[in-house]
Amino acid sequence: MRERPALRDALIALAALVVVLAIPFVHRSPAFEDFVIRVSAMALFATSLNLLVGTTGMVSFGHGMFYGFGAYAFGLLMQMTDLSLPVAAVLAVAMTTVAALVVGAICVRLGSDYFAFVTLAFQMLFYSVIISWQSLTGGDQGLRGGIPRREFFGFELTSQLNLYQFCAVVAVLGLLALRHISESRFGRTLRMIRDNEHRAAFLGVVLWRARLGAFTLAGGFAGLGGVLAALFVSGAYPELADWPNSGQAIFAVMLGGIGSFLGPTLGAMILLALNDAVTRVTEYHGLVLGLVILVSALGLRRGVLDYLRLIRSRRVSSREVR
Amino acid sequence: MFLSPARGRGQVRGLQALCVPPHPPSPPLGERRKNRSMDFEALGACFTTAACVVTQTTSGLIVGMLLFLVAAGVTLIFGVLKVVNFAHGTFYMLGGYVAYSALNVTGSYTLAVLAGALAMAAFGVLFERALISRVYGSNVLMQLLICYAVVLIFDDLVKIVWGPEFHAMGMPPAFQVPPLFIAGGVVPPFYAVLIAIAALIAIVLGLGLSRTRLGKTVRAAAINPQMVSALGVNTTLLFAIVFAIGGGLAGLAGALAAPVRSLSPGMGFSILIESFIVTVIGGMGSIAGALVSALLIGMVRGFGTIGFPKFTDGLIYIVMIAILLTRPQGLFGRRQ
Repeated sequence: MRERPALRDALIALAALVVVLAIPFVHRSPAFEDFVIRVSAMALFATSLNLLVGTTGMVSFGHGMFYGFGAYAFGLLMQMTDLSLPVAAVLAVAMTTVAALVVGAICVRLGSDYFAFVTLAFQMLFYSVIISWQSLTGGDQGLRGGIPRREFFGFELTSQLNLYQFCAVVAVLGLLALRHISESRFGRTLRMIRDNEHRAAFLGVVLWRARLGAFTLAGGFAGLGGVLAALFVSGAYPELADWPNSGQAIFAVMLGGIGSFLGPTLGAMILLALNDAVTRVTEYHGLVLGLVILVSALGLRRGVLDYLRLIRSRRVSSREVR
Repeated sequence: MFLSPARGRGQVRGLQALCVPPHPPSPPLGERRKNRSMDFEALGACFTTAACVVTQTTSGLIVGMLLFLVAAGVTLIFGVLKVVNFAHGTFYMLGGYVAYSALNVTGSYTLAVLAGALAMAAFGVLFERALISRVYGSNVLMQLLICYAVVLIFDDLVKIVWGPEFHAMGMPPAFQVPPLFIAGGVVPPFYAVLIAIAALIAIVLGLGLSRTRLGKTVRAAAINPQMVSALGVNTTLLFAIVFAIGGGLAGLAGALAAPVRSLSPGMGFSILIESFIVTVIGGMGSIAGALVSALLIGMVRGFGTIGFPKFTDGLIYIVMIAILLTRPQGLFGRRQ
């Protein structure tokens, strides 16, 4: 299996999916199912961001724009048209991808600091449009009235169990696709750009085209995360596209590990679990979260998964020395 | 959104609150149609009356000058240390709160402002030594992470110490006098003093950087810190001084702003993003650029509230995008 990484990844994904889908048949817990649904949205969001941050070395502060875009596009499509749910979801992701292409076309040629801030400006512009375009988006109240969860293939997303299954399947497939992208030739090109853009350019890589490709793909997958988020909250809120939300994704990436594919997913889990646990105990969850981040950032100096891998590789190499 | 940070969503974003003088009531524009996001008619009408122009220019200047004080610290720290200080809004917030407490203890507004500024200068040094100095030269995201943790921690600490509710510091008694009327426009005397103080600081900062020995060392360190260090300058001390100046300026801005806008946990959040816009538009590392772009943003805010009451933020982002696309290094930035 060592020679066929794609097969290995698919098997791991399948195993994870089977386990997640089997859990409700053994034990039903609404809190756990809600948690998985939220993780699935945020894992897609954070992992897509890591395609930019970790794989390509582009730090975007405005990734929340596409999360919010996906949520609003999906919500509006479901409310205003009679399209079936999967069609609306695919259309919403396609629209988000186009939006990412447009924003990316303007931003990718900028230097790294300015790239970060211009993407942030685009996100905040999008946020302002949501707030001020009240007739379409409901302004700061968000998209109200609920998103109709139309039945498809006998699948009823109004039931929590079905929503759980749907989100798990979509998230695992999305992550698998992202994994495939990051392991492909294109993904290797992106890593080369991250490590040495001059060498990449010298070898004939058109830098802006590769970066734009990464940005567009990342935006599309963030939009898919947004679709799941919109399904979960049955609406869309401006906060989805606000900048603290981009901050959460950056957090998840950094907390879990920038250099590991599953790092952002783990980070999303840690962040959400920590938040749930802390809010139950104290209202000052920012204080606790801040301290945890400070300790982990200064103590480990890298994400959790990256740290574990570092320890493992150290052990392996020390054994080899002996 | 899933984490729903417990921030008051109802609070006015940014310094918008300052654009309409709290007292006295603004003249005819008070009746402007709030439900429309674009109102060129009202904007045009404003430009035809001197009163409206004066009033809005004053509020724009206030916003711009306070922004400059915060952004000057951000740009100075970035220029010298290449650190994007995401915790700068926290300095601003704490400066306001310290001033609030100092006023309650001493009863003197001057002492309160000094306390706010000095406390934040000390806090800046502490922050630099204890946290930021550990991540020099590492990934910008690492710095972001540390700063964001500090923002979260201090937002909650403020809630614990001062309570989650809004605090009003109140206008100092010396300024509780009828406003000045310049060409029919309303200019509260406190605003005039605020603008004067900020302008004075801009001049002192500019001259200090260009004329004094310390200023020259700081500028040299911004270009080549290794060389400055090799020439025998204690760069550790220099970096701490830069953080002290940056923190002190932000604390000063917070303390000065406290009487004209209410204090609340999370108030640093919105000023942070605006001071970044200012820094980036002006060119990261340029004090003059920070001044010009802070005034630009202030004016967009001052007049934007009349023409685009709901889209002022959007307007600012459009300005930012337009400037960065035509001049990626910012108005006064050096080409990388």
